[in-house]
Amino acid sequence: MSLLKQPDLGTPARPGDATVSVTIDGLAVDVAPGTSVMRAAATAGIDVPKLCATDSLEPFGSCRLCLVEIDGVKGTPASCTTPVSDGMVVRTQTDKVAKLRRGVMELYISDHPLDCLTCSANGDCELQDMAGVTGLREVRYGSGVDAGANHLDAPTDTSNPYFTFDASKCIVCSRCVRACDEVQGTIALTVDGRGFASKISAGADVGFMASDCVSCGACVQACPTATLQENTVIELGVPTRSVETTCAYCGVGCSFRAELRGDELVRMVPSKTGGANEGHSCVKGRFAFGYASHPDRVLEPMVRESITDDFRPVSWEEAISFTARRLREIQAEHGQGAIGAITSSRCTNEEVYVVQKLVRAAFGNNNVDTCARVCHSPTGYGLKQTFGTSAGTQDFKSVAESDVIVVIGANPTDGHPVFASRMKRRLREGAKLVVIDPRRIDLVRAPHIEATHHLQLAPGTNVAVINAMAHVVVTEGLVATEFVAERCEGYEEWAEVIARPGCSPEAVEEITGVPAAELRAAARLYATGGNAAIYYGLGVTEHSQGSTMVMGMANLAMATGNIGRPGVGVNPLRGQNNVQGSCDMGSFPHELPGYRHVSDDGAREVYEQRWGTPLLDEPGLRIPNMFDAALAGTFRALFVQGEDIAQSDPNITHVHAALAALDLLVVQDLFVNETAAFAHVLLPGTSFLEKDGTFTNAERRINRVRPVMAAKTGKQEWEIVAEIAQAMGYPMHYDDAAQIMDEIALTTPTFAGVSHALLDEVGSVQWPCNAAAPDGTPIMHVDGFVRGKGRFVETTYVPTKERSTRRFPLILTTGRILTQYNVGAQTRRTANVAWHPEDVLEIHPHDAEVRGISDGDWVSLASRVGETRLRARIADRMPVGVVYTTFHHPVTGANVVTTEHSDWATNCPEYKVTAVQVALATARAEAEQTGEQVPVAGG
Amino acid sequence: MESPQIRMANDIAAQFHHRPPEEAAEEVAQHIRLFWEARMRADLLDHVAAAKVGQVDGIDPVVVAAAELLRADLVPQRRDADAGVLGEG
Repeated sequence: MSLLKQPDLGTPARPGDATVSVTIDGLAVDVAPGTSVMRAAATAGIDVPKLCATDSLEPFGSCRLCLVEIDGVKGTPASCTTPVSDGMVVRTQTDKVAKLRRGVMELYISDHPLDCLTCSANGDCELQDMAGVTGLREVRYGSGVDAGANHLDAPTDTSNPYFTFDASKCIVCSRCVRACDEVQGTIALTVDGRGFASKISAGADVGFMASDCVSCGACVQACPTATLQENTVIELGVPTRSVETTCAYCGVGCSFRAELRGDELVRMVPSKTGGANEGHSCVKGRFAFGYASHPDRVLEPMVRESITDDFRPVSWEEAISFTARRLREIQAEHGQGAIGAITSSRCTNEEVYVVQKLVRAAFGNNNVDTCARVCHSPTGYGLKQTFGTSAGTQDFKSVAESDVIVVIGANPTDGHPVFASRMKRRLREGAKLVVIDPRRIDLVRAPHIEATHHLQLAPGTNVAVINAMAHVVVTEGLVATEFVAERCEGYEEWAEVIARPGCSPEAVEEITGVPAAELRAAARLYATGGNAAIYYGLGVTEHSQGSTMVMGMANLAMATGNIGRPGVGVNPLRGQNNVQGSCDMGSFPHELPGYRHVSDDGAREVYEQRWGTPLLDEPGLRIPNMFDAALAGTFRALFVQGEDIAQSDPNITHVHAALAALDLLVVQDLFVNETAAFAHVLLPGTSFLEKDGTFTNAERRINRVRPVMAAKTGKQEWEIVAEIAQAMGYPMHYDDAAQIMDEIALTTPTFAGVSHALLDEVGSVQWPCNAAAPDGTPIMHVDGFVRGKGRFVETTYVPTKERSTRRFPLILTTGRILTQYNVGAQTRRTANVAWHPEDVLEIHPHDAEVRGISDGDWVSLASRVGETRLRARIADRMPVGVVYTTFHHPVTGANVVTTEHSDWATNCPEYKVTAVQVALATARAEAEQTGEQVPVAGG
Repeated sequence: MESPQIRMANDIAAQFHHRPPEEAAEEVAQHIRLFWEARMRADLLDHVAAAKVGQVDGIDPVVVAAAELLRADLVPQRRDADAGVLGEG
């Protein structure tokens, strides 16, 4: 629980209008049908004592503290489990219930260590509070050891690096167990034993670290005592103030209360009012914030003339003047288009906006791109072509109304865990699940969840599969003809192509590996099973036909009428916190903010007037084009904002050569990352705890990011960029980040109604937010598509050029896992390394056996562009012929082996298909003998 | 070394092989107009020109046809872009 308490109404809200009238302690209150007496009382401002109840969990009725008297009802029912009825008269404070409550409290306290003064939860303990509320003055049975049998010697579990389980303080209220079940959906905890022997058990009493616990912290948050407590609270004490802000990890964009003592961050507590997460979090967002104060942080600007020199710390003035002077010199020598910048999806909208403004207004070109290039650029292209806007269609809450959920190329329980919890809740309620993925991801079979269909396709055959599903819909008469006729265009031409025999499940079975009957059944379920929603990730986009696949999914959704209402839609699960926002802010070389092409005279004129300078109407270079141009000698300087391109981009050898060819590389980052090895200027960045601005999550929700502490570097990142522009001779100045958002709103129609003041007032809004939608837009395309009519686009399957061969017979796919995050710059500097200290190669038992590989062996992983080495993990969730690894650790260098192949429309790299060979590493014995960590070879 | 521009143009062309050649060439040309930087377009045209005299191999015929359309753009005129159907993100 939190000292800085968020309101707790005891039980969850029920849907519906407030049509039930009750009288509680003489106060009349109207609530929705199904509301508990406890919540109705809280709504009227009356707090009924409670221990086992909290409004994030369904009522349980075990603690017996919330007993009340109800006219006409026998006994003293528990107010948490008793729903209201019209005309009900309730009394929460009577002598009878007061006596009963004190009796219950006596029993609790008789088996509780009375160490309040030295307890880590002193002042932050609901048991302590309830002792006061119930007027407990004596414990007739004695307390502690004097009370006879007790649990005071129960063991303490310190196995988890982030929290401690002190069983001696446990009152077995089951809130932790129910939080794990209902909120997180992992079901790792249970109450073991019965009666007095009852105790909380992680797994089969194996301790938290060895159990299935995913360390989301929901149990810690739910615990009313100090039984489950954050280690930071134990070490630092209870927090005394809080700042509402937004997580900086994945695209879910959870809202948090950063709780501090003075200027020291004690813990992160997810906000109940957060639109994206509604009080939940994952292990990264809640616990993995230690990197922000890690000693590796760069806090001073550094400069060097050559990358063979050592960096020397310099003043901000020198760093900025050096950068500006070199940029101008390079332009003078090599042309206006010889320089450019890359924005970061980790940074705020405001920070990204000023970088693209720097490029367009001060550099005088459009050579700006963003790290979204390498993840979700096909999403923008595909959804813009079909629906008319570059964004997902739904809010996260929508999934609660889905009847069929199709997960394609995504692993939500690892990549987007808080949204996965929402999804799992709906699946446990009975929604059907279709998973389309080469790997048997955890969601295929989880506690109380089993996919109806797992289409375990061969990597690179997404488009063949989605076309075959559409073929079934079209040829079996499952098309939503009325929706298509009214809302869409291009259907006849598309349907004629998709109905051809070559698109049928039977025709593509051999190349996809998906049994035709299974595919047909999945397509029928999607088309006829009620509200059907598609959720997808980088397993869709990071292919040579990533954009085609996005359009294929959009076609399928339109053909079945699964667009424009709750429970349906096409929904990208964005990888990073501000992928959506960085794209919205004009980070692409062909688009101004708001996805308007640079050749759009009207849009350009808006900025030319505002910025006071003419703008180029030609597209600029994308990231891979920048690398090619650098090697060709026509691109000579690059500003990189918060992206480690030397680790994250494909074919690292090629990237390193390009970076080494630059005359000037400016890196703005928290750490000396891999890219910094090629940098001439290192500008220290700010962590999310120091930033002031906004992030936009995968559901287009714009959330405030508030400074929890002052910038450790002394400057906000947008200030540095503005000062570089000034030093280059282009006037750019803002008093604060709110002014930047004001400029964004003034110039970007979809953001016209957005301001920091509005967000501070309402919490968050989902764009479009303007005069037509002043409260934002949770669900898009409700009455019509943004482009007018939804457009069916032909999606012919074209096999990737990357094929397995005799020399490279396996296909490698890459991804990320729950506890680490992308290149690991943040999470590797936290205790999350306890779960994932190194990248490993998952390989099917058959593929391992024929190569003589055992679990844990060092293996070489080689493609035609490079080779690396890592440990093998035998995993039967891999199909034969496919291997998988993550790219969280630079020492592994997974992207040494990935290739130059990319999406045809956007150049998003084809990370998901690389032909490789795996062999037992000959260096294994040497490595073991010498104690070397990981031997790595280059390309 | 293969030109990145030829590789990328061939990739785009492969997506339109199911269309009549003239339509395919126009699709490829329009995509390149809207998403490629000027020096990339120039490099593509140089390689296509070189291919005509046998100095470069492996260029998709659709790309060659698209290059002719792009070459016609070099006559100074404004591009007729339909910004309403573009986008990434």
